[in-house]
Amino acid sequence: MGRASIVSLREAVEAHIHDGDTVAFEGFTHLIPHAAGHEVIRQGRRDLTLVRMTPDVVYDQLIGSGCAKKMVFSWGGNPGVGSLHRFRDAVEHGWPRPLEIEEHSHAGMAARYVAGASGLPFGVLRGYVGTDLVPHTPSIAPITCPFTGETLTAVLAIELDVAVIHAQQADREGNVQLWGLVGVQKEAVLAARRSIVTVEEIVDELEPRPSAVVLPSWVVSSVCLVPGGAHPSFAIGYSERDNAFYRAWDEVSRDRDQFIAWIDRHVRGTADFEEYCRSVGIQQGATRV
Amino acid sequence: MIVNASRQLCDETVCFVGIGLPSTAANLARRTHATKCTLIYESGCIGSKPTRLPLSIGDGDLADTADSVVSVPEIFAYWLQAGRVDVGFLGAAQLDKYGNINSTVIGDYEHPTTRLPGAGGAPEIAASAGEVIVIVRQGSRTFVERCDFRTSVGFGDGKGDRERLGLRGRGPQIVITDLGILRPDDEGELVMTALHPGVTVEQAIAATGWPLRVADDLEVTDPPTPHELAALAALRAA
Repeated sequence: MGRASIVSLREAVEAHIHDGDTVAFEGFTHLIPHAAGHEVIRQGRRDLTLVRMTPDVVYDQLIGSGCAKKMVFSWGGNPGVGSLHRFRDAVEHGWPRPLEIEEHSHAGMAARYVAGASGLPFGVLRGYVGTDLVPHTPSIAPITCPFTGETLTAVLAIELDVAVIHAQQADREGNVQLWGLVGVQKEAVLAARRSIVTVEEIVDELEPRPSAVVLPSWVVSSVCLVPGGAHPSFAIGYSERDNAFYRAWDEVSRDRDQFIAWIDRHVRGTADFEEYCRSVGIQQGATRV
Repeated sequence: MIVNASRQLCDETVCFVGIGLPSTAANLARRTHATKCTLIYESGCIGSKPTRLPLSIGDGDLADTADSVVSVPEIFAYWLQAGRVDVGFLGAAQLDKYGNINSTVIGDYEHPTTRLPGAGGAPEIAASAGEVIVIVRQGSRTFVERCDFRTSVGFGDGKGDRERLGLRGRGPQIVITDLGILRPDDEGELVMTALHPGVTVEQAIAATGWPLRVADDLEVTDPPTPHELAALAALRAA
């Protein structure tokens, strides 16, 4: 298997994310790959199936920008703040285009990722029984345990064209290390045909960290150096969560025209993440702690 | 509401916590009578001891102060599903008389009036936590005869449904509202068992969308103590 290429984020998105792809930008409130999501908006990708357990602001931006035809998820909100207004507008009013949804619980999505990473057709769990998710979601089905006869729940494995994650470090060979809240990023990368990892820094040698996830270079397609690329999410050891931005997004995203003006100015109107940071008035990578 | 919720926890409780009122209540418990209470956040943090109230379940403080930080598949499979959680806290956009919860949509699923964030960890917390504490404001639009969408199962359609469905936890054993406290009877129907000081039975009935039953021995909750209020104020100011 080939090693990861170390390229610019623009080149990585051009090479790996195509119209119609199934893509997960994973991160469970920590290490969310915002910069990569912005690059997808800049390059005008269409008809994406977006997968994520906790779609938040960056999915709101992708949906409002018309990049998505479908979302597969388990909880879609602005954590601690409220609704995702662009997501709601797409589901409730079909703007800017109708959004198909496939929804699960967190436990179910986690089991689906594990199955995808394991090369299994489905995952199994105790869950969903008696809920209305079952009749509305075809990727949930009952299954009988061959040993005990007990009825459990099977969920279809997640298979991705592309997984996109943000990590703290890579080395010059393209080996990646992330730590802190590691969510389902490892499973997402291993459930994907291709993967893009944006990182805070590229080091000569990875220094082992307690409970870190290390992804060897040969399971990663491309590594891109994008310090601060999770903002307004964060990278433990490098930055803190910008809670003020999440609160401010509620107002920006409430109104269609205001949202478009924001995206046009700060995302479509900037060449890359560095320009974006200047545009929204944050210092790239400067929140280092 | 928050103070009453916090009183349900003790030092030995292993508590699966969501953000918002549940997190505030659980952290208040840790600062008052249950200083050793174990908090688990679905972001993978086990034994978090946050110094301030987190805005999201992924705040760095939760990981920095945790005994252990694990992956999301692990937190749901090894810890919640396997039965290592005593108490799960849930909120609700709608709650019906059998303690079933809607956090998915208001209105028709295909053409919703209001699209809510969705299930998150709730269905399996409702199924697998030893017991569930629901914290929700009581009102006739929230307390409904039947949920528009059943996201998480309480007592299903009544007696015996949890057993029939194979749900291992005991389900919602207490619902704490701004008006008082409800508990399930033997059939699984929620009954008003206590009111906060100054709240009347008529108020509670008016704020409930099903014919609310009131316990014969209706109690009045103890008002928050100065110690609890001071701890809550300090927590919010941190």
